[in-house]
Amino acid sequence: MSADSLIRSSAVDAVARGRRRRANRRRTIVVVLLALIAAAFAVSLVVGRTVYPLDQVLAVVLGQDVPGASFTVGRLRLPRATLAIVAGAAFGMSGAAFQTMLRNPLASPDIIGITWGSGAAASFAIVTLGLGGASVSTIAVVAGLAVALVIYLLSRTGGLVGLRLVLIGIGVAAMLRAATLYVLSKAPQWEEQEAMRWLAGSLNGASWSSAAPAILALVVLGPLLLVLARDLDVLRLGDDTASGLGVRVERTRLLVLVVAVGLLAFATAATGPIAFVAFLAGPIAARMVGTDRPLIVPAALIGALLVVVADFVGQYLLGTRFPVGVVTGVLGAPYLLFLIIRSNRSGGSL
Amino acid sequence: MRLLWLAIALAVLAGLVVASVAIGSRDVDWAGIVAAFGGAEDGLDSAAVLTRVPRTVLAMAVGAALGLSGAVMQGVTRNPIADPGILGINQGASLAIVVGIATFGLTTVSQYVWIAIGGAAVSAVLVYTIGSLGRGGATPLKLALAGAATTAVFGSLITAVTLPRGDIYDLVRSWEIGGVGGARWDVLAQVGAFLVVGTLLSLGSARALNSLALGDDVAAGLGERVAVARASAALGAVLLCGAATAAAGPIAFVGLVVPHVVRLLVGVDHRWLLPFSAVVGAALLTASDVLGRVIARPAELDVGILTAIVGAPVFIWIVRRRKVRDL
Amino acid sequence: MTVDHTLEARQLTVGYRDRAVLHELDLVVPPGRITAIVGANACGKSTLLRSMSRLLAPRGGQVLLDGRAVHAMPAKQLARTLGLLPQSPTAPEGITVADLVGRGRHPHQGMLTRWRAEDDAAVAEALEATGSVELADRNVDELSGGQRQRVWIAMALAQQTELLLLDEPTTFLDVSHQVDVLDLLTDLNRSRGTTVVMVLHDLNLAARYADHLIALADGRVHAAGAPAEVLDAALVEAVFGLRSTVITDPVSGSPLMLPIGRHHAG
Repeated sequence: MSADSLIRSSAVDAVARGRRRRANRRRTIVVVLLALIAAAFAVSLVVGRTVYPLDQVLAVVLGQDVPGASFTVGRLRLPRATLAIVAGAAFGMSGAAFQTMLRNPLASPDIIGITWGSGAAASFAIVTLGLGGASVSTIAVVAGLAVALVIYLLSRTGGLVGLRLVLIGIGVAAMLRAATLYVLSKAPQWEEQEAMRWLAGSLNGASWSSAAPAILALVVLGPLLLVLARDLDVLRLGDDTASGLGVRVERTRLLVLVVAVGLLAFATAATGPIAFVAFLAGPIAARMVGTDRPLIVPAALIGALLVVVADFVGQYLLGTRFPVGVVTGVLGAPYLLFLIIRSNRSGGSL
Repeated sequence: MRLLWLAIALAVLAGLVVASVAIGSRDVDWAGIVAAFGGAEDGLDSAAVLTRVPRTVLAMAVGAALGLSGAVMQGVTRNPIADPGILGINQGASLAIVVGIATFGLTTVSQYVWIAIGGAAVSAVLVYTIGSLGRGGATPLKLALAGAATTAVFGSLITAVTLPRGDIYDLVRSWEIGGVGGARWDVLAQVGAFLVVGTLLSLGSARALNSLALGDDVAAGLGERVAVARASAALGAVLLCGAATAAAGPIAFVGLVVPHVVRLLVGVDHRWLLPFSAVVGAALLTASDVLGRVIARPAELDVGILTAIVGAPVFIWIVRRRKVRDL
Repeated sequence: MTVDHTLEARQLTVGYRDRAVLHELDLVVPPGRITAIVGANACGKSTLLRSMSRLLAPRGGQVLLDGRAVHAMPAKQLARTLGLLPQSPTAPEGITVADLVGRGRHPHQGMLTRWRAEDDAAVAEALEATGSVELADRNVDELSGGQRQRVWIAMALAQQTELLLLDEPTTFLDVSHQVDVLDLLTDLNRSRGTTVVMVLHDLNLAARYADHLIALADGRVHAAGAPAEVLDAALVEAVFGLRSTVITDPVSGSPLMLPIGRHHAG
C-alpha cells in the first residue's frame, strides 16, 4: 500500500467516524424521546380525576371491557392522548419544514399566519353559520389550504419566494385576525367562548371520530414529508447552491408547502391551532441533535411530547383548567428571552 | 407643491370632521350641527352631535399619533414596514393593560395610560433586540418576524391571564376591540398630555432622522449624536402609540400605511414627512370611523378592524414592490 | 481521466423583465482547461455563468452540454456532470465541515438510498484535495473567510463533476487567499482534468491562471482565446473603457495589464 493511499484511507476513516458519532448521538436522542412520549402517554391514560391501575388501563387498551375504566380511559383519555401525540407530531414536523424551507427559525407557520386561514374560517363557521363537528373541520382544512396557496401565489413575483412569503404571510395573518375578531365580536356569548376555545387550541372535544382525519393525514403525509426532507435540507444552502446540486428548488418548495400545510390543516381542524408547537419544536430539536441532518423526525417527536405534557399540565396541575394551547403558548415567552440571552452571550445569529 | 398638498390634506380632513359629526345611526343636517354648537340642548340631533364631537376629536388625535409614530419608527429603524401593530408594540401595551386590569383592578383610561406606555416601551425594546440578532442587523424581515412572534407570545399570555377571570373578560374584550366609539372628553384629557409630549419629541427629531437615514456612521460623521437622537425619537414614537392604544385599543396598519402614502406626495424629507403623516393619519382614522358607521348601519364596524382589513393589502403591496435584496 | 464534456452556448439570449442582458451569445468552453470570464461591472458575466448552470432560463438560444440542452436535462443528472459554486453561498447555522461537504453527494443519492462508503470516500478526498481534513469536525461558522471558501470548493468537489462553474470564487478574500484558491483550482484541473469555468473580477489574475479568456462587453463575447493572444491595450479599452499598457508578467510570462489613469502619461 502506498503512502498516499494510506493517508487517504485514514482521512476516510476520520470522516466516517465523525459521521457515525453524530448519527449515534442522534439515534440515542430519538430513542430517549420515544421513551419519554411513551411514558407521558401512559401517565395521561392512568392519571386523572380517578387513577386507574396500570393493568386495568392495559386491558382497556387491548380492547377488553372493564367497568368504569372502559369509558373514562377508552372513550375519553385514550383518544385524547392519541390526538395529542398525532397533532403534536403534525405541528412539530410541519413547523420544522417551514423553518428549514424559509431558513429562519422564527418563520414557522403559526407565526407567518398560515394557520390563521383555518382559524378565521372555523370561527366564521362556528359563530356565523352555527355549524359544529365535522363540517367545521372540513371548512378549516379547505380554508387553511386556500389561504396558504394565496400567500404563496402573492409572493411569487420574479423568483425568490422565501423572504416575501414570510412578510406576506404576516400581512395576511393580520387581516384574518381582524376579520376573526370582528366575527367574534358579533357572536352571542356562548358561541364566542366556544370559538375562543377553538382558537386557543384545545383537546377537550377529542374523540375517535374527530381524531381520525388527523391520524390519517399524519399516516399519509408524514412519510411524504420525510421523503422530501433530503431535498428540503439541501435548500438550506441557498437556492443557487441547491439547484447546482440538482434540486428543483421551486418544485420542492411547492411540494413541501402543500404537504406541510395539509398536515397543519388536518391537525388544526381536530384541535384548533395549538400555539407555538410548530414554532418551538424545530429549534428545540436543532439544539438537541444539531442541524446536520433533516429535523423532521426529532421535531415531530418533540412536538408530540410538548402537546401530551402540556395537556396534562393544563388539565390537572394548574388551578384552573387551561386549554392546551394556552399552556404551550406561554412557553413561547421564555423561548424569546432565551433567543436574546443566547445571542448576547455568543454573538451568534438567529 | 408641498404646500398645495398640505392645503388639500387639511381640506379633506375638515370635510371628514364635518362628516364625522353629521353621519351616524342618526344623520344630522348642517342646521342641526350649528344649533347644537349654539347651545341648543334639546332634541336628539343635539345629543347625537354632542357625543360625536369628542369621538371625532379622539379619532383625529389617535390617527395623528399613529401616523406620526409610524413615520418616526420607520425613520429610526430605517425600515419601511415598521408599524406599532406589525412590531408588536400595540400588543405589548395590550398585555400591560390586561395585566393591570386583572391584578391591580384598573378600570379607567387615566390608570391605563401609564402602564400602556410602559408595556409599549418594553415590547419595542424587546422586538428591536430580537430583530437585530444575527447577521445583517435589523432587516425588515427579521423585525417583522420578531414582531409577529412577540405578538403571538403576548396574545397567549393575554389569554392565559383572562381565561380564568370571567369577571374581567368583558372589560378586556371591549377594550381589545377598541375603537373610538366610547370617547368622552375626560379620556381625551387624560391621554392629551402624553400625546403632546410625544408629538413634540417626534417633530423635534425630524432633522436628526434625515441624517440617520444615511446610516449611523454617516450621521455621526455629520455631527449627529446618534444614540441620543435615536432614543429621543423612539421615546416620542412610543409615547404616541402607547397613549393612542390606551385610549382607543390596538389599531394596526395606520402607522404603516400613512407614511408610505405621504412619501409619494412629499418625498422623504422628515421635516415634511412627519407633520404630513400626522394630518393624513388623522384623516385616515376619521374616514375609517365614518365608514365603519356607514357600512354596517345601524350597527358600527370597529375602526381597528376596518384599518386592518384595508391596511393589510397595502402592506402586501409594499412587500411585493420591493426588491428581495432589500428585505 | 474521463470523457471530455463539451459545454457551449448557442445564440444565447437572457434577460430580466424587459431588459436583455445577453444578446445571441455564442461560446464554447474548451474541455479540460481553465476558462475565465472577465468584463466590466454589469456586462453579464454572472448572468452568463448562471444561465450556463441553469439557474436562469434563456429567452432565446440554448446552452448545450454534450449536445443536449441543459435546461431540458433531469436536474440530478446534470448535477452529476456540472458542479456550481455561487457567489456567496449560505451555510446553515451549526453545520460541521464534513456534513457541509457531504451535501455535495446529494446528486449521487436517491430519495431513499442510505449513505454509502463511497460517499465517505468522496468527502474525504475532497477535504484532502482542499487541505481541510483537519477542519472536518469544526463548525462552518467558526472558520475564517479563506477556510470557508476552501470548504465550499470541497463541497463542489465531493459532487465529483467533470465540469465546475464558479462565480467570483475569490471575492471577499485577501490577495494571498485569492492566489491560494486559484492555485487550488489549477491543481484540480491539472491532476483530474476538471474543466473549470469561473467569473473573475481581477483581470491580471484571470490572465495568469486561465488557459482561455472570455471577455464580455454589452452582453456579447468581445474576444475569446488564450490570454497571451487576446489581452492587449485595445481589448482593455474596448471592454473596460480604460487606457492601459499591457506588458509581460515577469513571474508567469502571461500578459499583465497596467492601468494608466488621468495623472500619468501613457
